[in-house]
Amino acid sequence: MKAAVITFPGSNRDGDVAQALRQAGATVVHSWHGDTELPKGTDLVVLPGGFSYGDYLRTGAIAGRAHIMDATRAHAARGGYVLGICNGFQIACEAGLLPGILVRNADLKFVCKRQHLKVERNDTPYTRAYAKGQTIDVCIAHGEGNYIADTETLARLEGEGLVAFRYADAEGRVTPEANPNGSLNNIAGIYSPGFNVLGLMPHPENLIDSLVGGTDGRGLFESLVGAKRAA
Amino acid sequence: MKARVTVTLKNGVLDPQGKAIEGALKSLGIDGVGSVRQGKVFDIELTGSDKAAAEAALKAACEKLLANTVIENYRVEIGA
Repeated sequence: MKAAVITFPGSNRDGDVAQALRQAGATVVHSWHGDTELPKGTDLVVLPGGFSYGDYLRTGAIAGRAHIMDATRAHAARGGYVLGICNGFQIACEAGLLPGILVRNADLKFVCKRQHLKVERNDTPYTRAYAKGQTIDVCIAHGEGNYIADTETLARLEGEGLVAFRYADAEGRVTPEANPNGSLNNIAGIYSPGFNVLGLMPHPENLIDSLVGGTDGRGLFESLVGAKRAA
Repeated sequence: MKARVTVTLKNGVLDPQGKAIEGALKSLGIDGVGSVRQGKVFDIELTGSDKAAAEAALKAACEKLLANTVIENYRVEIGA
């Protein structure tokens, strides 16, 4: 598994996600937003968390139009893996890789805390190391994580099983109280129709070592590396 | 030529910032405020003088970057 982690001006989680990928056995190369091509042999493109372009205009809007995103869209169209985490999810939506948009948290507060998620399905390249319906404990840190989409898009996401993770409580109950930002249907992450693109607001790369609080995030990176091996 | 592009939230899209501003205006005792929706204004200096070409270019600018049409509407006004 060769992963290209893209650094935009203002990315700040590129190092953490690279570490999580290496730990799972991937080879990591770093790419720059102004590049026009992905490194040869790239299996996975990672859009990391951060505050690209200082969140100017709309979160992810300017990064979503960066040169490297043309190559990333072509990679996704060929069925290549693209993982967008936090700001990377916002960038993926603005770049048209995923539908909908992430807007200001409903209560206007930046939220930075541990958060449980329900894993909706485990038959995707990103979740095969988890159990279906498993509750995992990860981190969230965002001011604009409120996922919205029009009624038709939302119905399609739900109907085609494209919701990857939902905000839940420690028992895995998907409730309004467990929703930290007002996202429709407690959506924390979604897939593209081919399940090769995943965008999520939470940070699985924060939880990969028991020394810093837990290892529930490891499964996502191990799933990806395993998916490549099986392909 | 100068142009002004106004980007506003579509009806029905929740606007928590507008709500907070509305609350602040009411708490300042400013009378007659029903509701507030926050938007964005872009003042753009144009280099050419062809109004139709400028309008087409600004429409493309809105569609490609200035507005996210999932949640926003835009309006282009071209001045002298």
